[in-house]
Amino acid sequence: MTRISGNGKAVTVNPARSSAPLGGAMAFLGVDRCLPLFHGSQGCTAFALVLMVRHFREAIPLQTTAMGELNAILGGAENVEEAICNIRDRAAPRLIGICSTALTETRGEDAFGDLKMMRERHPEWAGMNLVLASTPDYTGGLQDGWAKAVEAMIAALVPDGPADQSPIQVNILPGSHLTPGDVEELRETVAAFGLDPIVLPDLSGSLDGHVPVEYVPTTLGGTPVDDIPHMRASAVTLAIGEQMRPAAELLERRTGVPFQVFDRLTGLKPVDTFLTALSGISGRPVPARFRRQRSQLIDAMLDGHFYFAGQHIAIAADPDLLLALSGFLADMGCTIQAAVSTTSSPALERVPTDTVVIGDLDDLEQAADGCDLIVAHSHGRQAAQRTGIPLYRVGFPVFDRLGVANRVSIGYRGTRDLIFRVGNILIEGHDGHEGPSHGNEERAHDGIVDAPLAAD
Amino acid sequence: MGRQTRAAVFQQPGCAINQAKPEHQRAKGCSPRTLIPGAAAGGCAFDGSKIALQPITDAAHLVHGPLACEGNSWDSRNAQSSGPTLYRTGFTTDMTEMDVIQGGERKLYRAIKAVVEREKPPAVFVYTTCVPALIGDDVEAVCAAATERLGTPVIPVNAPGFVGSKNLGNRLAGDALMKHVIGTVEPEWRTTRDVLIIGEYNVSGELWQITPLLKRLGIRVLASISGDARYREVAMAHRARATMVVCSQAMVALARSLQEKYGIPYFEGSFHGIGETSAALMRMATLLVQQGAPPSLIGLAQDLIAEEEARAWERLDPFLPRLAGKRVLLYSGGVKSWSMISALQELGMVVIGTSVRKSTEDDKDRIRDLMGEDAEMFGQIPAKELWRRLTNGEADILLSGGRTQFTALKTKTPWVDVNQERHHAYAGYVGMANLARQIDSALYHPIWDQVRAPAPWDVEDETP
Repeated sequence: MTRISGNGKAVTVNPARSSAPLGGAMAFLGVDRCLPLFHGSQGCTAFALVLMVRHFREAIPLQTTAMGELNAILGGAENVEEAICNIRDRAAPRLIGICSTALTETRGEDAFGDLKMMRERHPEWAGMNLVLASTPDYTGGLQDGWAKAVEAMIAALVPDGPADQSPIQVNILPGSHLTPGDVEELRETVAAFGLDPIVLPDLSGSLDGHVPVEYVPTTLGGTPVDDIPHMRASAVTLAIGEQMRPAAELLERRTGVPFQVFDRLTGLKPVDTFLTALSGISGRPVPARFRRQRSQLIDAMLDGHFYFAGQHIAIAADPDLLLALSGFLADMGCTIQAAVSTTSSPALERVPTDTVVIGDLDDLEQAADGCDLIVAHSHGRQAAQRTGIPLYRVGFPVFDRLGVANRVSIGYRGTRDLIFRVGNILIEGHDGHEGPSHGNEERAHDGIVDAPLAAD
Repeated sequence: MGRQTRAAVFQQPGCAINQAKPEHQRAKGCSPRTLIPGAAAGGCAFDGSKIALQPITDAAHLVHGPLACEGNSWDSRNAQSSGPTLYRTGFTTDMTEMDVIQGGERKLYRAIKAVVEREKPPAVFVYTTCVPALIGDDVEAVCAAATERLGTPVIPVNAPGFVGSKNLGNRLAGDALMKHVIGTVEPEWRTTRDVLIIGEYNVSGELWQITPLLKRLGIRVLASISGDARYREVAMAHRARATMVVCSQAMVALARSLQEKYGIPYFEGSFHGIGETSAALMRMATLLVQQGAPPSLIGLAQDLIAEEEARAWERLDPFLPRLAGKRVLLYSGGVKSWSMISALQELGMVVIGTSVRKSTEDDKDRIRDLMGEDAEMFGQIPAKELWRRLTNGEADILLSGGRTQFTALKTKTPWVDVNQERHHAYAGYVGMANLARQIDSALYHPIWDQVRAPAPWDVEDETP
């Protein structure tokens, strides 16, 4: 089993982690006509907002309770109330997703109790859903905040008790490591089996990059709020990523809908497993198009495996993304030399490497010596520049590349395209020589290594 | 933070802006605007303090707080360095729940020690954020102890987010420099043409569009607070003969303090636009001569301005007919609104409206002078309103920051970045041509015809 360790440092240097409230807000952004609200100082919102705007290249609805010094000391319930009133007047969202921050959690406010009392004072709020996620910045990271927001939505919006089940309806709980493009692929895959998915949250509707006809102050697209209560009528819940297990368990406890957790949907075998499950649930055979795509993936693996073989990788990512990508890279013959993650998770124990360090990008840089590729978000660019090792950008934030929201890395097709993207960087890393590499040692003799290809 | 300190920060009897106000307003100083929960936007005081000091490129910048403050914001601005890169490294104490319960002082000390041992920086700036301020960490005491024990200046910057806006943070940063840094180092040699530049962050290297001009006049930038700055230079800022304040409102308090304490006169100017650049150079030369620089400096400056202006207009020649009469909506929190207006007017463009979020009454008067009485000035413009105006085609182009970028693009309106993250330098005579080129490129881009045309089937739908 993989060893998990801290970095033992007295100071965090070049953070790898994004904050939990940001993750919470991102999950809320996957719900239609929603407006996420940070309960904190305005800076908390400004930083998260700017980062998400730069990553998704979209206008992002996100508001703040604008806590001042006095509110921070005396309590911020009034700010929450005022914020909700203002948001209701200006944006009339179907859902306000409130994320607490370190500032408000430090004071130890009873936000749940406060909110309940506010509702009583404001009967006019009746048609508007308010969901509160406890996401102090000092606990966990982006994927924890995401998971907590989803759990909070289930707790608030899905009624207790079983319902008449629809045999073809399934719940999908995608983790924060899936891009809007991934979620779209996932939904279409499930639908191809004749199943009717409710995806929570659904970034593929809201942050897929589309040009709306008119101005909308909330999210436009995403999971319809009215669909969420119906999740109790699904035949099964499919949770993607270990981070979604608690949400799936919560749903089962409340409604009896059973669940399955899928570690990853990147790589031949994981996708086989997933499609087999879908076939079982739907009672239908795997559609022909996936059989074709499977064949294409196998061909890509055959074409690409030379370039991955023996390559040493340094990777930093949130736990579920780390597991998905390092699993894939190991499948392709790479060695995971250095693995850094951001927060603790059972997923880390399954990362194919000796040790996962819960640490920062400085830890990654120190351990990347001699690696062929760094895999990290855009902040990894400094390490890449200093070490001269190429960087493949993944996760959040990626603010210096186009199209990150639409990139697909799951399913047969997504895995195939991932092989091409990463493989091309590895080829480029070898001075653009097209010859297959056989690891570090032979690289000095590129001409000789090229020979077998020339003889083909 | 003590209420008294904050009041003191806003008392600026000597500032030109404040003196122009009626007495009852003057007493209030420039208090931060009230924030409306659920309808607010903009950075916090911590953000402002970091913006102002981070371009001290050889220092370590350590953020004391939970992860978000540094983790969600580090390495995002484009302030450039000609040498050291330490300022781009994100250091944070990354406070955990345990630290919140037990207090973060020990952790902070250990973090400072680790940074000093690891990087041996000339100084460490420690930024206080909301949580340690709330739990009562004595950051000043920890910094003082660390300074003494580690033999490296450790400077507390007390601007937790909840005390106010980015603007307030700028001022508090200046306060920290005044209290702990400026005056602690003496320059090895001095000239009568040593200047201090305040409020120019060298975004995209804009400072470097100015320094060659100054060099030709024999003017030495003794310190820049802070753009491409070094700690020692900032520490010797008190020996400057004159100060130029580039972003007026944010850091004018620091210039005033320097004037009071060290007798350094200051002026406010801008390097955006040909006329403004020339005016700034002339005022700098005049001020230095008044302070004892050789009178020939005036003539030198006049010659340089004449030569550079001629070249600048030559560079603009191909753009002017293409930009003439184009309507600009200017929505910027960072670049001084009036100086940008004057630059755009030099390009022959029509500024139909400008934001005055950070502007003083004095700034607004200048805007009226430039744009006429009908000048439209607005504060926070709601996204919905911005969308409506752009959709109606009221502006040919929007100049703003990243936050409104995608509102502009979704309405299929050309857009140019004029904020902190911008990747083009628009300062001085050379920068003016860059600005013209960027605007021209945005306005005349071939995509507009393509993306604005309706889909063929939508057209057919309308004409059966």
